[in-house]
Amino acid sequence: MFRKIKGGVHPHDEKQSTEDKKIEFMPIPQKLFVPVHQHIGQASIPVVAVGDMVKKGQLIAETADGRGTPVHAPTSGKVTELGNYPNPIYGSSLCVVIESDGLDEWQENLLTTRNYENLTPEEMIDIIFKNGIVGMGGAAFPTHIKLAPPKDRHIDTLIVNGAECEPYLTSDHRTMMEYPDDVIKGTLIAMKILGVSKCYLGIEINKPKAIALMLEKCKGTPIEVVELETRYPQGAEKMMILAITGKEVPSGKLPMDVGCVVQNVGSLKAVADAVEKNIPLIERIVTVAGKTVKDPKNVMAKLGTPFSELFKYCGGFTGKNGKLIMGGPMMGQAQVNIEAVIVKATSGIVTISEKDVDYVPERACIRCGRCIEACTMHLMPSTLSILSEKGQHQTAQTDYNLMDCVECGCCYYVCPSRRNIVHYIRQSKAKNAMVRNAIKTGSK
Amino acid sequence: MLTAIYAILVMIGLGMMFGLLISFANKKWSVEVDPRIHEVDEVLPKGQCGGCGYPGCMAYAEAVVMNPNVPPNLCTPGKDAVAKQVAEITGKKAEAMETVIAFVRCAGTYEKAIRTGEYKGVKDCVSANILVGGDKGCTYGCLGYGTCVKVCMFDAMKMSPEGIPVVNPDKCTGCGKCATVCPRTIITLTPPGVMVKVNCNSHDKGAIVRKHCKAGCIGCGMCSKDCPYGAIVIDNFLAVVDSKICLEKCSDPVCLTRCPTKVIRPAIWGVVPGKELREEIKA
Repeated sequence: MFRKIKGGVHPHDEKQSTEDKKIEFMPIPQKLFVPVHQHIGQASIPVVAVGDMVKKGQLIAETADGRGTPVHAPTSGKVTELGNYPNPIYGSSLCVVIESDGLDEWQENLLTTRNYENLTPEEMIDIIFKNGIVGMGGAAFPTHIKLAPPKDRHIDTLIVNGAECEPYLTSDHRTMMEYPDDVIKGTLIAMKILGVSKCYLGIEINKPKAIALMLEKCKGTPIEVVELETRYPQGAEKMMILAITGKEVPSGKLPMDVGCVVQNVGSLKAVADAVEKNIPLIERIVTVAGKTVKDPKNVMAKLGTPFSELFKYCGGFTGKNGKLIMGGPMMGQAQVNIEAVIVKATSGIVTISEKDVDYVPERACIRCGRCIEACTMHLMPSTLSILSEKGQHQTAQTDYNLMDCVECGCCYYVCPSRRNIVHYIRQSKAKNAMVRNAIKTGSK
Repeated sequence: MLTAIYAILVMIGLGMMFGLLISFANKKWSVEVDPRIHEVDEVLPKGQCGGCGYPGCMAYAEAVVMNPNVPPNLCTPGKDAVAKQVAEITGKKAEAMETVIAFVRCAGTYEKAIRTGEYKGVKDCVSANILVGGDKGCTYGCLGYGTCVKVCMFDAMKMSPEGIPVVNPDKCTGCGKCATVCPRTIITLTPPGVMVKVNCNSHDKGAIVRKHCKAGCIGCGMCSKDCPYGAIVIDNFLAVVDSKICLEKCSDPVCLTRCPTKVIRPAIWGVVPGKELREEIKA
């Protein structure tokens, strides 16, 4: 019997176009624009200069404050420029432009063969940090921080996230289908680092092949495969914990407060590669899908590849595009520039045809309460959106638990008035952050 | 008849009893408040704009009376007159205030600046800015959703049909609220008498500015070369006018004619300042 969550929605999953297609290795484009700022927190600082020759896997940017992750060269070539180029998360940011020399040579003495059983957890955390591994589910939280919780938190469960509840995306599915041994090895490494004995691998039941394969491969390991209901947002960290362990993460707390750590299957594959072979995070599996894409695919693409190159590789477009989204259509970010590049957080790029984007101007809230029913975090999205509209951002935070919102978008999906609820909530969060920063810096 | 009299008597009795109770409570639990706080509060203009850095006029009145380090000239809408009165009440020394008004450092109207996408979300600049930096090509330019106009308490800002907010210099008090809410810090506070202003905020290189906007500062440096007083400097590809030098020394702005993109403009729109205007402003 599969496990369930409260609320949520069930959009068409639209995964059939790519779920059975093998991951293809994309030829390296002429120029790669590698952003040094790829996740929450401070941007990394480039350590290469214009004109330098770099080798594949060489460090090109290191962290400013130790909380971010370093960035490595995705291929060998020459650094031609350090300049501002489109970034899918921040609009534009500093990028290291690498002109590929076509050889794709690894840096000397970089690759090794190690056995994780001979390493201590501290050594492994250091390896993970040095290889720039981040969560590959979409939020890109640095993995070395997640795997090293404070000493006073007792972690007893590791949950591996293979839910992939977003429509269209199949990159995690293909990772499980094609690299099951790497995923399991990564899981065992994470278990050793955290010192836990219990581990669950959650997969939604719309991926029967992946479930069957993982069940077979997990035999004889401490990993238990759990079938989950097909429901969005099942893959959200807190929902996953609730569905699998039955524990609810309290308001304002983190998963580690209930003794759980959640890792995406893609990140665990990257962890396995880093620890066993010392391969830094320089490429990732990206689902290129959408009704206007001629030949939707799962592509292994280098970081810094422009979206336009990926679409060209997938045969171009068949119709007019209405929207281009990085990530899944529910939580992904709409893009304004097709020249934006693949970053560590890009799990997929999805196009929506012009016909399918039906824009209806938002209307007033009619207090029907559908969003409250759909909200998996037990919030009142309607009230939050109204408060934000009125500018009462502080009230929303103090009285209506604004900060608990995970921005999954279920409220917007069900709203009959088509209100931009998530956008209102993000506005409140942004404005509260502005006030907080102003207080911190002491200005008015 | 008797019932009516009873009712009246009871009401009078109750009223007297509560009156006595209240007057007793007022004496017994009265809170000592410095009377000067109320005096200062009376003097302040009560716009509740928060321009002084305190949450409202009463909070500032309390701070200026109780805290000896709070200067009496923080009320920007009240200007010198209020500062003088506050100084008199509190016994502090009022220093001369610089009169400032808000100035929007962008001329990238719908016509001049390109938009890269179509934004259909919440009509607010902060909201637009958190989505991949908004829909404007220029990452420094005005988004034009009017967050500054909404917060203005003095009705001094209006959104022009071209998509750039316009400040009414007569109504603007210089409280700076618009400057704090602008997610791109486009609005600055400048003295109203300055000859010329640079209507751009972009630190991008010239070629990138040209790509995004026809009205942007390309950082060519013509103005800084020609200014005989050295009032204009190029800071990271953007011309910056030192308002103090410009205000005191310049009477014939040559920079206006030399600017290739006409991004340096007379402070008063449409009027090329000459000697007469200079005199007028001085007077």
